[in-house]
Amino acid sequence: MSRNGPLALIFHSVFVIVMVAPILVVCLVAFTPEGFLSLPTNGFSLRWFRAIAQYPEFIHAFWVSLGLGALSSFVALLFAVPAALAIARYRFRGRDALAALFLSPLMIPHVVLGIAFLRFFTSVGFGSSFAALIVAHVVIVFPFALRLTLAAASGMDLTVEMAAVSLGAGGWTLFRRVTLPLILPGVISGWALAFIQSFDDLTMTVFLAAPGTETLPVRMFLYIQDNIDPLVTSVSACVIAVTMTALILLDRFYGLDRVLAGKGDAGR
Amino acid sequence: MSMAAEERSARAPWALTAPALMLFVGVLVIPLAMTVMLSFHDWGQYKGIEPVFILKNWREIATDPYYAEMFWRTFRIAILTTLLTALLGAPEAYILNRMSGRWKSFFLLVILGPLLISVVARTLGWALLFGGNNGLVNKLLMTLGVIRSPIPFMFTETGMVVALAHVMMPFMVLSVWAALQRLDPQIENAAMSLGAGPVTIIRRIIMPQIMPGVLSGAIIVFSLSASAFATPAIIGGRRLKVAATLAYDEFLNTLNWPLGAAVATLLLVALVLIVVGSNALIERRYAEVFR
Repeated sequence: MSRNGPLALIFHSVFVIVMVAPILVVCLVAFTPEGFLSLPTNGFSLRWFRAIAQYPEFIHAFWVSLGLGALSSFVALLFAVPAALAIARYRFRGRDALAALFLSPLMIPHVVLGIAFLRFFTSVGFGSSFAALIVAHVVIVFPFALRLTLAAASGMDLTVEMAAVSLGAGGWTLFRRVTLPLILPGVISGWALAFIQSFDDLTMTVFLAAPGTETLPVRMFLYIQDNIDPLVTSVSACVIAVTMTALILLDRFYGLDRVLAGKGDAGR
Repeated sequence: MSMAAEERSARAPWALTAPALMLFVGVLVIPLAMTVMLSFHDWGQYKGIEPVFILKNWREIATDPYYAEMFWRTFRIAILTTLLTALLGAPEAYILNRMSGRWKSFFLLVILGPLLISVVARTLGWALLFGGNNGLVNKLLMTLGVIRSPIPFMFTETGMVVALAHVMMPFMVLSVWAALQRLDPQIENAAMSLGAGPVTIIRRIIMPQIMPGVLSGAIIVFSLSASAFATPAIIGGRRLKVAATLAYDEFLNTLNWPLGAAVATLLLVALVLIVVGSNALIERRYAEVFR
């Protein structure tokens, strides 16, 4: 049931079709049985998915992306959770400035970050190592990890902690047994969103990646620059499938609009 | 509270934020400062980077019309993309908001979901749709009788704007949708009961209230479009350069790092000024809405 008029519904349909079309066309072309780019008009084939196996660089890049995303999001949380607790609970001088600094990677163009990291890591002798990639990704996913943890920490009921303290809990026990379980949904969603950001980043990573540390988006981008063939569409279809799975899980557990509300301010 | 406890609670926030602060100073503030410094260094084909302080790169950017044209193209594409997302995204957010619960969350997922899908994959989709003179988009437009002869989309600014608008659309819809959540639906009914028609309601009641959402969405879309890399690189090809792709070329192909650093610094400064300036303007204009 809808209160929209017919014109509004026509507009809406066209809008949704245009939004979905590019993603759909990639997934469709991936199933073509032909040796060239075409929509699968005479039957579906998995030949281009099987072809991925013959390109070890794509598979290697996938593992690099996966490891990089998982690890950098985890490390970002190690820094972000204490920072979020401090910002949520204390009113101290420099609090707003700190929060602004921590969210600043959202506002700085990724091309500038890529250049800055490349300049920095080559001059300290880390060049384009995997370690450099992890540190760089920790910085760019930090705002996402911080935002969702902060939201959870701000909404937390402090009386539960007080009760635990009155029963003799303190320090690490208090954090591990009381605080962390209470903010865990925010922390896990922060990890998931940070993972997706790291997994998808091209613009910053393209400056740091070298053969061997190329991530999947970088490998795909460099491949597309030379030629577009059905192989890259089947790789893209796999990437889309991975993201969609994460997306649906995120929507079930946390609500996509809440997750994305944190992303909506990206330009601020 | 004892003296010691008070002291501890004053130190606690700093102890908790210290690791993150050190991380940010060490690997964000210092590298950015190094990049700004790099833009003042000299570079030669054979001698490489020379750590001296000269204005050569900045003078080159200021005097060579190639850079003025490139920056103008970058901002022109960003402005057109912003307009396109505002004109289509705002009505869509309004329509979305009027849908019933289940449809609303389904279509919200469909429209916002692409935000998290790799930009490379989404742009590849547009490259496939545009593909040459008999691409699907041209075929469809010609069948519908919208155009007579195919429009070149690949390697043109038109194609870049269309693909970028698609990439940025979720930000605009999200921003307007957030503004719509603050809107009281009873106001619409009140206007209707006082005899206002649908056009009047949209123009006099809805538009003024969602304008802050449209404007803050526009700032996000503009700054992300002006610094976009993947879409201009894939749709624009190697010839049609924007700021981000030019900086990339200077760093990884020409290897003139100081010049690339100058282009990147200029892009960053211009964007920060534009974003901070327009944020301040919007907040002053719509102070009562943000309160």
